[in-house]
Amino acid sequence: MTEVASANPTASIQADGRAKRGRLRLSTVMSVVGTTPMIVTAIGVFVICIIYSFLLSFTNSKLFPAFDFIGTDQYARLWATPRWLVSANNLWIFGLLSIGANMVVGYLLAVFMDQRIRQEDLFRSIFLYPFAMSLVITGLVWRWILDPNYGLQATVQGWGFTDFQFAPLVDSNTAIYGLVVAGIWNGVGVTMAIMLAGLRGVDGEIWKAAKIDGIPTWKTYLQIVLPMMRGAILTAFILQCVGVVRVFDLVVAMTQGGPGIATQMPAIFVIQHITDRANVGLGMAAATMMLLPVVVLLSLQQFIQWRANKKRMNAL
Amino acid sequence: MTTEALSASSSRLLEGPHGAKPKKLTISRIGVYAFLVLAALFFLMPLWVMVVTSLKGMPEIQMRNLFAWPSELTFEPWIKAWDTACTGRDCNGLKPGFWNSVKITAVGTVFSIVIAAMNGYALSFWRYKGANILFGLLLFGAFVPYQVVIYPLILAFRQVGLFGTFPAIIIVHTIFGMPILTLLFRNFFVSLPPELFKAARVDGAGFWQIFFQIMLPMSVPIAIVAVILQVTGIWNDFLFGTVFAGRENMPMTVQLNNIVQTTTGVREYNVHMAATILTAAVPLAVYFISGKWFVRGIAAGAVKG
Repeated sequence: MTEVASANPTASIQADGRAKRGRLRLSTVMSVVGTTPMIVTAIGVFVICIIYSFLLSFTNSKLFPAFDFIGTDQYARLWATPRWLVSANNLWIFGLLSIGANMVVGYLLAVFMDQRIRQEDLFRSIFLYPFAMSLVITGLVWRWILDPNYGLQATVQGWGFTDFQFAPLVDSNTAIYGLVVAGIWNGVGVTMAIMLAGLRGVDGEIWKAAKIDGIPTWKTYLQIVLPMMRGAILTAFILQCVGVVRVFDLVVAMTQGGPGIATQMPAIFVIQHITDRANVGLGMAAATMMLLPVVVLLSLQQFIQWRANKKRMNAL
Repeated sequence: MTTEALSASSSRLLEGPHGAKPKKLTISRIGVYAFLVLAALFFLMPLWVMVVTSLKGMPEIQMRNLFAWPSELTFEPWIKAWDTACTGRDCNGLKPGFWNSVKITAVGTVFSIVIAAMNGYALSFWRYKGANILFGLLLFGAFVPYQVVIYPLILAFRQVGLFGTFPAIIIVHTIFGMPILTLLFRNFFVSLPPELFKAARVDGAGFWQIFFQIMLPMSVPIAIVAVILQVTGIWNDFLFGTVFAGRENMPMTVQLNNIVQTTTGVREYNVHMAATILTAAVPLAVYFISGKWFVRGIAAGAVKG
């Protein structure tokens, strides 16, 4: 994604050339002045703050920052803290389940939406509206629906299905699945929209060719069109990953990390340790661990891009 | 790559479909609609539950009929949620939070958009040495988990005495809205014909003149997308509100959560659901009014997560 910065050089090269011949210095000064907030944000927040957090993770800071370095002790402590182990584990379970389900359901919805249906706009509005609402609201609504005493379970039992059991939030083994359901309800519409845009970007000739060859529609979607939508799939995937690492509001609203510590997540772990638990060193070690998958993912993407560019250059 | 491809494809999304051509009402057509209608019911169910629960009295809620329309309509829960519901010792309902959110959203939206428009403009027409590196850092920032930068930010705000104040929450929203909004405006300005800029230069217009008199008025379509993005984003924010806003400026989402999580007394589910709808009302209104613009906003801003 970062490569947009260099993707469209022509317009600005022209602009630069123009500026250079004119009042180079004044305009540059103005441009720097105009973008002061950006300079402060880019360097101050996204470089200095990250480095600062990173450094603190090697210190023994409690409530306030203290620069007595203790090496990697905090990391050793972190990976011996049950609360963190549960958090990290939950992130994997939640991430795999919700990303997987999101992609499958999102693609399925997109394929069905692509069948020249009537009222497409109406269906799209219905699938997308949960995304307009905050994850706090999503969490609170689903917590109420999944309420064991008055919610879905009690209602269906009241209809005569007395064996019906569906109250995942009260059991520490299943609470995380409740979060997954709510998360999918909130976000799958976006995946659907991205996938649908991807589907519509596929060349119409492909469909004609597949039809001539007598390939059934479902097979065309699965084996021919899907691999052609790499861009849309990657976009949806990256968005999902970023969202999963950040998941905070949903858990706070739905389970508050409970029952016990069953649905703790890294994002909550960090906030707790820099506030109530007053253990900044440990919290920053956890925050650094949260940054790690993001950096890996972005580097991977950059690498793929770089290789593709190189291939393109070689082909020329 | 992803966002650029998306903003291109978001317009494509509004074009017609090209799946298999429908013939008549065959079994498979019925299947398609059955699937879509079932899915739609799943998506609508929580909204329905919210509405009917908020209109019931507590005795009826305890009859365990989650989906039933109230046999006796009451608007009491709505009034209570707005006016007298308690968070801890304060019993002022959601209304202080609502007005806080209005203030934060209004100021935060304007502030972040003007700054981002300026960034995009400078990055497109007045690129100085190192500007692209800054832009790259900014885009990297779009993916950084907030928890990595929150603590140093808290310290910085404490240092200058702004922690827990209105300016702090505005600045925070401006910072974290900046990556995606700057990208949005930069891509828009770069797509404008360069002759426009050249002509203005030939006429002797300078940096600020071109920005305020030519570029800003031209960027209305992209500004609408940005407004939708920021209004829903800032209104729905929970994390920054909890950490940075302080008690005085507590946004609606935080207050809603406090009301619902208050454990003293009987849990009034009808009041909770009324409060939830009230908090969701603004972004939902934006969503239904803006329609296809919203889809475009998501496509452009989905990175924000």
